[in-house]
Amino acid sequence: MAARGRVDWGKWAVSGPPLAYLLFFFAIPTLIMLAASFRTPGDFGGLAPLVGADGRLDLNLESYARLAESTVYLEVFLKSVAYALVTTIACLLLAYPLATLIAQSPRKYRDLLLLLVILPFWSNFLIRIYAWMIILGPNAALARGVNAVLALFGAEPVPLLFSAFAVLVCLVYVHLPFMVLPLYANLEKHDRALLDAAQDLGASGWQRFWRITFPLSLPGVYAGAALVFIPALGIFAIPDILGGPNDSLIGNLIKQQFLESRDWPFGSVLSIVLTAAALGLAGLAAWVGRRGGRGSSRA
Amino acid sequence: MWAAAIVAYLFLYLPLAIVVAYSFNDSRLNAEWVGFTFDWYRKLAQNEEMITAAVNSLAIALAASVVSTALGTMAGVAMHRYRLRLLPVLVLTPIAIPEILMGVALLIFFVMLNFTLGLVSVAIAHIAFCIGFVAIVVRARLAGMDESLVEAARDCGATPWQAFRRVTLPLIMPGVIAGALMAFTLSIDDFVITFFTAGAGTVTLPLQIYSMIKIAVTPEVNAVSTLLMLLTLVLIVVAARLSPSLLRTESD
Repeated sequence: MAARGRVDWGKWAVSGPPLAYLLFFFAIPTLIMLAASFRTPGDFGGLAPLVGADGRLDLNLESYARLAESTVYLEVFLKSVAYALVTTIACLLLAYPLATLIAQSPRKYRDLLLLLVILPFWSNFLIRIYAWMIILGPNAALARGVNAVLALFGAEPVPLLFSAFAVLVCLVYVHLPFMVLPLYANLEKHDRALLDAAQDLGASGWQRFWRITFPLSLPGVYAGAALVFIPALGIFAIPDILGGPNDSLIGNLIKQQFLESRDWPFGSVLSIVLTAAALGLAGLAAWVGRRGGRGSSRA
Repeated sequence: MWAAAIVAYLFLYLPLAIVVAYSFNDSRLNAEWVGFTFDWYRKLAQNEEMITAAVNSLAIALAASVVSTALGTMAGVAMHRYRLRLLPVLVLTPIAIPEILMGVALLIFFVMLNFTLGLVSVAIAHIAFCIGFVAIVVRARLAGMDESLVEAARDCGATPWQAFRRVTLPLIMPGVIAGALMAFTLSIDDFVITFFTAGAGTVTLPLQIYSMIKIAVTPEVNAVSTLLMLLTLVLIVVAARLSPSLLRTESD
């Protein structure tokens, strides 16, 4: 380590510039947004003057009151949570076999298999949404096939695009790698001897999974759940492009307040609620994960 | 289990493969295969809006990756070497919170300062969210470095700066370059934060793709998507080769 005390200037020289940049372009804007939630919207968008015509500070809780006033916002919020939860569970079900396979494959193929999971994640977010527009489109084979089958049963044709189904499929698609990575990182460290021992004691395949592998993997499950849930909660582009009129989520509401209704204080309130919910649930997942981790290391 | 994994890989790649395939399809509709053509790429090369968007995206990504690599490397080194409280929080939260929050917070900030929204505001925003990703990659590289090399340099009389410049920096260079490539990719692909900080007149590739798929889809979207995927693919494969830890650390 570099000498103590003497190089205090070095510490500031190295950490100062990134610290200053992030304070100025991340922390301060976030605090301003927090403050904006207590202001009054301006007549033509933006914010009304902080000091009113009567010379008094114009700070109020009106935007928070507006949130509490109507159940519409609560409904959108609950729907967003529900979509994010379904996405998280579907990602877990798809990611588990994938992560297990990668963790059990020969060492020299692991990085390649992992890279193959990550590559689609690095292709542009909008391209991945657009790909589902093609697949689910009314003239595409999938919609025709589904509707041909439905017609056999005398059912009305259903649109696949611009539906909750389209939104959920794409949400799962976009977030899957976030679940695979922490699961893989966890599964890779498991000791095979435990499974062998269980087999020697007569445990079936299902028992080995349910009593050993799954409990041990819980920290990975919780980490993945947080990584999927948080971004899924705030997303607006997927419902915007693939969803129907009733698929607006909280992200769409925030976008609308900032760019269309131009009610910044209310938009700020919604953003704060979204972030608090996302961080709160992530904190919960981390807390449960730590407890789970301790429990399994004791076992 | 093999079957489940194959299904999962198909699920990951089939949609992208369809976009690539249709970019060569001689039909205006993305519904059935008619014949092979390069027409959409030719149309793309003549589409001035698209070219402007691509130039904007490249300029922003270049600026964002250069500045965020410098700042992110400093942050990574600082977090590795010193016990800091505030910096790790500021570096890591932008990664952890919903992207839309950063977009709207910066929108309010720029408008309050009367800062004209455009290329510069987008670049500033991109730098802010890329710093954390660069810092994580650099810190991972530093964690795997042998500290005794730096100590040896110091024993031989090198100043802290000389030791960093001549010993540490060359050793962490693959991490720094990987971080830079990652920042470039994140910047060129970003939609959400760009959407809020670009203002009305400035268009980047993702914004252009967004308006095209919202308003009128033509197979030109397939062509530009294919090119963008190709670019990202090359950058990420190079970055992953330079810094294998990239695979495990980018999302934490």
